[in-house]
Amino acid sequence: MKSIQIPKSPKVIVGLVGLGLFILLTVIGPWLAPFDPNFSGFAPNVAPSWHHWLGTTGQGQDVLSQLLVGCRSTMVVGFIAGFVATIISVVIGVASGYVGGKTDEGLSVLSNVFLAIPGLPLLIVLNSYLPAGQQTNPLVIGFVIAITGWAWGARVLRAQTLSLRDRDFVEAARIIGEKRVRIMFGEVGPNLLPILTSSLLFTILYSVGVYTTLAFLGLTNVSTWNWGTMLYWAQSNNAGLANEWWWVGPPGIMIALIGTSLALINFGIDEFINPRLRAGGVSAKARRKSGVPRRPRLGMTPVLRAPKEIGPNS
Amino acid sequence: MRLLARRLGLYLITAWVAITGNFLLPRLMPGNPIEQLIAKLQGRVTPQMIRAIKLQFGQGLDQPLIVQYGHYMNGLLHGQLGLSITLSEPVSQILGGQIWWTIGLIGTAAVLSFLIGTTLGVLFGWTRGSRLDVVIPAATFLQSLPYYFLGTLLIMYFAGHLHWFPIMNAYDPSLTPGWSWSYIASVLRYGELPILSIVLSSLAGWMLGMRNMMVTTISEDFVLMAVAKGLPRRKVMWHAARNAVLPSVANLALTIGFLVSGSLLVEQVFNYPGVGNLLVNAVGNEDYPLLQGIFLLVTFTVLGANLLADALYYLLDPRTRASRHEQ
Repeated sequence: MKSIQIPKSPKVIVGLVGLGLFILLTVIGPWLAPFDPNFSGFAPNVAPSWHHWLGTTGQGQDVLSQLLVGCRSTMVVGFIAGFVATIISVVIGVASGYVGGKTDEGLSVLSNVFLAIPGLPLLIVLNSYLPAGQQTNPLVIGFVIAITGWAWGARVLRAQTLSLRDRDFVEAARIIGEKRVRIMFGEVGPNLLPILTSSLLFTILYSVGVYTTLAFLGLTNVSTWNWGTMLYWAQSNNAGLANEWWWVGPPGIMIALIGTSLALINFGIDEFINPRLRAGGVSAKARRKSGVPRRPRLGMTPVLRAPKEIGPNS
Repeated sequence: MRLLARRLGLYLITAWVAITGNFLLPRLMPGNPIEQLIAKLQGRVTPQMIRAIKLQFGQGLDQPLIVQYGHYMNGLLHGQLGLSITLSEPVSQILGGQIWWTIGLIGTAAVLSFLIGTTLGVLFGWTRGSRLDVVIPAATFLQSLPYYFLGTLLIMYFAGHLHWFPIMNAYDPSLTPGWSWSYIASVLRYGELPILSIVLSSLAGWMLGMRNMMVTTISEDFVLMAVAKGLPRRKVMWHAARNAVLPSVANLALTIGFLVSGSLLVEQVFNYPGVGNLLVNAVGNEDYPLLQGIFLLVTFTVLGANLLADALYYLLDPRTRASRHEQ
């Protein structure tokens, strides 16, 4: 199997670097934190200063320390949920697309049902029925989030498997007499990788979003630090109205940044799967360099303009 | 019509799954949450209340599950969702009073965000490869901001700092609700900022999806043909856009659930009345009957909206109608 090339667009590189930084922060964040995030002996509601880079909370805690420590819990739950959900969606999506027939119909209905049920209310109901104590267990929360988040991936994977199932190389493997499982994992599987990666990233994105939302609502343990609980405390202390941007801003921006990194990588994968999205293959810089006077409006359509307006690249 | 009938069938199954799940969850969950709740409530609420909860969740009744299920379904058919523990009112009454706020807020925001986002997507898809492409990372960032966080930021700046908008609530508390001009004007005024925050955070999704479809469509032969025929640019764009919008509409049904989930929290931030606010309070108070009622109501509303979106798709795409003649 040829190794999959990583598309080299700036978007993907920025996304990968971002994701790498977040993973690094997950590992070393708690050691970097200058103070104990629970220590509340500082002057409360202080704007950023040399001593407190991101200021202090209404309880006199250091915001930067909470932010650094909170990274781990946010990311761990996001990744657990993302991986569990992706495993479910691979099993259901690939089986559904490959086996076909009644199995396919049943599994499709199942994933469509889960897609149609609004995820967050379901999650809140499930979470509220968990035995006390389990609500703070990252593994349990990860699984519960996964239950509400696998359906999209299953749908996409099913569609791709369906389209791969009847390709010639799969047909050939079948004629040779390869076993079904081998065809599924050896022939169809590798061709699902881009979609699989994209669905994994999407699910992690969803899980981080949903987990911080639960925490923001105060539905997880509000004394373990993650970016959602930081926002929960900021909201319940009306930090927004008091214009304490250093308290409200950082956790939300971190959530958005991890989301942006994951989405940028996904764009790269989209462009990899669908080459038409690659902006006509020529960057604006390259076009200017080669002396094309105006950008081609309809991509690679040389019939557009009079000859003098067509550049060498069109 | 077959497409719509199939979708309707799917939504009926979904509704049934939601209802049955709602019935089974509190009964099968480990740790027996309802028993714990009753133990907690002893002495704090009236004995009738406890009896009502026991009846609703089948506690201490020697009935097989299937008989309880029959009772539950029968009650549901008559619109009975039980009594709210904290508000001591029938859940259906509470929800009936609050759902319109939510439908008004999220409905308006969803339609606006779809229209604006799709239009922007057409424009950015049309001008792909130009400097306007910088909106992609910007829009991605905007899309990644949680709804409630964006709401908080907007309140902080536009309401708290600039005083352009009221800070919270759905209408001026000094007015009495009714069909008066001042009340309606106040509702509109107080709705602006919550709607703005939902539109801003959901807009980017539509925009990026539409841009990608537009870019793909533009390289189709029929667009080239339209250009070759010498149609004016704007007509070509319209031509391509009409074809590119179909997947967006098809996605509409699937994304409504996400949109509603996110928007429910905006109510919490703006202290806006409605189902989202009730939901958060219900969880905080362990008000299971209310919680379950809200879950069912939100699910049904989302399914209804999905059906509308499917009908729209059916109207827009002639291919869905053509299949009828083939059979």
